[in-house]
Parts: sequence; structure tokens; C-alpha cells
Amino acid sequence: MRRHLLSSADLSRDDIAMLLATAAEMHDIQRRDVKKLPTLRGRTIINLFFEDSTRTRSSFEIAGKWMSADTINITGKGSSTSKGESLRDTVLTITAMAVDALVIRHMASGACHQVAGWVDASVINAGDGTHEHPTQALLDAYTMAQRLGDLQGRHVAIVGDLTHSRVFRSNVITLGRLGARVTVVAPPTLMPSGIGSWAVADGFATSGNLDEVIASGPDAVMMLRVQRERMSGGFFPTAREYTVGYGLTRERLRALTAANGEAVICHPGPMNRGLEISPEAADAASSLILDQVSAGVAVRMAVLYHLLAGEEVAA
Amino acid sequence: MARADEDPQAPVSARTVMSEDDIARALRRIAHEIVEHNKGTSDLVVLGIPTRGVELAHRLARLLHEVEGSAVAVGSLDITMHRDDLRHQPTRGPLPTRIPTGGVDGKIVVLVDDVLYSGRTIRAALDALSDLGRPRAVRLAVLVDRGHRELPIRADHVGKNLPTSHSERVRVRLRGVDADSEGVTIAPGQTRAGRPSEASR
Repeated sequence: MRRHLLSSADLSRDDIAMLLATAAEMHDIQRRDVKKLPTLRGRTIINLFFEDSTRTRSSFEIAGKWMSADTINITGKGSSTSKGESLRDTVLTITAMAVDALVIRHMASGACHQVAGWVDASVINAGDGTHEHPTQALLDAYTMAQRLGDLQGRHVAIVGDLTHSRVFRSNVITLGRLGARVTVVAPPTLMPSGIGSWAVADGFATSGNLDEVIASGPDAVMMLRVQRERMSGGFFPTAREYTVGYGLTRERLRALTAANGEAVICHPGPMNRGLEISPEAADAASSLILDQVSAGVAVRMAVLYHLLAGEEVAA
Repeated sequence: MARADEDPQAPVSARTVMSEDDIARALRRIAHEIVEHNKGTSDLVVLGIPTRGVELAHRLARLLHEVEGSAVAVGSLDITMHRDDLRHQPTRGPLPTRIPTGGVDGKIVVLVDDVLYSGRTIRAALDALSDLGRPRAVRLAVLVDRGHRELPIRADHVGKNLPTSHSERVRVRLRGVDADSEGVTIAPGQTRAGRPSEASR
């Protein structure tokens, strides 16, 4: 594996398989009394978050701590960035303190690529704008594989606000490399422009009709959050209209179960209950939403281990 | 602990020091020693260190069952995340740790590995074990003790003491792990370049 994890495209199918196998072993540690490994003792990991986050930041922090690394959280709010310091000066200041890894979430797409060019530390993309979120895609694949087995040939539907979703962009890459068949579903206003050629290149299908896709009996349905904070202007007339067209409602949950009794439901969180997902679907037995959170720590431990534990890479 | 990623061709000058029958006899003797020392098999947990230690642990558990007539808990204990040389070699994925239900608290744990050399693997295994619980006692059974300890560690049960020089290579092959050949060979070897201490050989 490379020194950084910036995009899901950095990971070959073998890399993904190794990370998921490692994550499975790490997952066992969560069930132990002593949740601690000495593996990253003496390493320093900085979580640099310029955007709000609950699960990603806390799971990176826990993952680092369980492996005995020193982890420190810095948020955009309350750091010198709010005094006008540039991103470059902020990361150079931090890495001057001899850190081994920077976990970065930033509102600008491509921010992590930029930072990787400035520093010697490993850079891990924890979400950059509407670009990518590779560890989320890994934990989604891990969670689905735990329930469904090998994802080769499995059908996954990704539904919702595709335009603003970095989760979807990373997931089509990772799921594609694992051999899954992906269909993405969105209203025309939330379908990224130019998706046609992209779908051909990455080998996924697009649809504007959620009911048709559900009737085809997908093995997994991943609902995406409607990202109102990134929306300026009218992407859909009313919330109710969105739910009727693209929400996983009680009726659609029933249709999904009828079409494929084994189908599972995912959501990267945080959920807008009642908008893109109904409480019945979120809390259904087939919902893996809390399993995804639990897997988040194990998958991030695997990523930190493979990026940081081995011999020093000559820069 | 020999791993599966080694050069599969044994050097031409390799000399066999234990045959398949020798290995079977050594394990049978170790099983009897464990039963005698422990006055039975109650509270025994046999944990193999991957890869070949796990195969040996399962064979040992079967023999203990034969000798005493009651099933013995058997599992595996991976030490990858506890190694002291992680920074000196490419990252390896962890191997399975499978602790039998019942855990290790208050039990007599017998660690099983194929080759005892520097002792660093066993040091790591003891650390890994302490995160899983507090056994009443820990014992060590190895198929081959080739000397050259770098830590104050010794085995309680040894299949064969094999005097070696640092440069010689000891290879253990077991059916079930290494296709269809079995035996222990020793070869005058080039130590792998650049490795300060082969923690696991």
C-alpha cells in the first residue's frame, strides 16, 4: 500500500481484501475486556477536522488509541484557522511537531491531495468536500460483506443526494473493485452532471426510478443523507415530495423485503429520519446502520495499521 | 514461527533432522509429559501460534484427548500486532486469534510453536495473552529448540533440541499447512540480508 489514503482508487482489490481481513481481526478486539494493542506505540496521529463529524472523528480517535498511538483532535473552529491562518500554514505548523499521520476532513474537494504534497506524514482522507471518503466506503463494504458474504456479483443500490455525496463517489470505486454490481438512484436535480460517461468508465448503472430498482431485488440498499448544508437553491420542491419519490418509506421497505428477503439497508449517517429514510427502515432487522458504526473503528484500525506500522518508506 | 511466504524450494543441501514419524513420536511424548505434569487435562487450553503452531496445537489436542479421554480446548494466538520488529519489515496482515469459549482466565495455557529461536515470538505471545485474561500458568511446547535465545525464555516441552549456528536455516513442514510433505530440515544458509534479528525463526 502507499503512504497515503487519499482516494478509494488508491486501493487495489488485493489492498481492499487485506484491509477487510485485518478489520475482521480488529473487530474481535472490540469484544475483549482489554481493548488495547501495542502496535502503534510511539506514533502520533492528528485528527484535523474542518467540518463537523461525530462518528468519523471519534472512530479514528478510538482506533488510534486502541492501537496505543497518541491521537489529538484539532477542529477548524477554535484553531488558528479561525484567525485567518491558511490550510498550508496550519498543516506545516502541526507537522513541525513530528506527527506520523494526519487524518483530514475538509470542506474543499481535493484538500487532502494538496496537503499530501506538503508534508512527510501519512495523510488519510476522512472526507474532502463532495469528492471522496475512502474509509467510509471500506467500512460499508466490510459491513455488507459481514452479512452477505463475498460481494462479487451482489447488487447494491445507492440512493439519494448523489451530487453532494463523497460517500457515493468512494463507494462506487470500492464496490466496483470488489465485483459488486452498483445502481445509483437520484432525482434528476441531484444526479451529478456528466454521470453517463463516468458510469461507463466505473461500470455502474444509473436510474431515476427508485421503485423499479427496489422491485429488482437488490442485495443492499444504501440511503444517502440529503445534504441541505451544501444546497443553495431548489434541488427539490418540498421535503415531502422528496420522500415520496426517493425516500425509503415503510411501503418501499415492504416492497424491498418482498423482492429480496435477504436485502440489507445501510446509511452512512447522520440520518434525516422521515426524509430519506423512514424510522421503520432505519430500525428494521435488516438495517446495518449501527453495525456500520461499529465496523468503523475496526476498519480505521486496519487502515492505520497498514499505513503506519510497517518499515519506514524511503520518501 | 515459520510463515507460508518462504521460498518453497528447500536448498539441495538440506538435511532432514526429523521425519514425519519423528514428529508424530515427539508430539506423542509431549502429550504424555503435559498430562503427567498437569495430572490430567483439566483446565488445559492449547494455543498455537500461527501458522504452523496452530497445526501442531490441534495435533497435540487430539493426542491429549486420546491419552486422557476428554476433549481439550484448542485455539490460536496471533502475535503480529505485538511484534517488536514491526518497524523493520513490510506490514503483514494479522492472522486469526481464536480463543476457545471459556477464555483463558484461571486456565493452564500451553503455547505451541514450531521453532524456538530468539524467544521474541514467545515474548510477544505472552504480551498478547495478558490482554486476553489471566491464565493460572503458561507453559511452552515447541517442536524444535534451535538455541540462540535473545530473551530469558525456555520451553517446558521440546520435541527435539537441535544445535545450530546462526547462519543455518531450520525449516518445518507439516501436512495440512505445506501441501503434502512433512519433516524438519536444516540447511547451511545465507541469513536473509539486512534482518538484524529474525524474531521468528
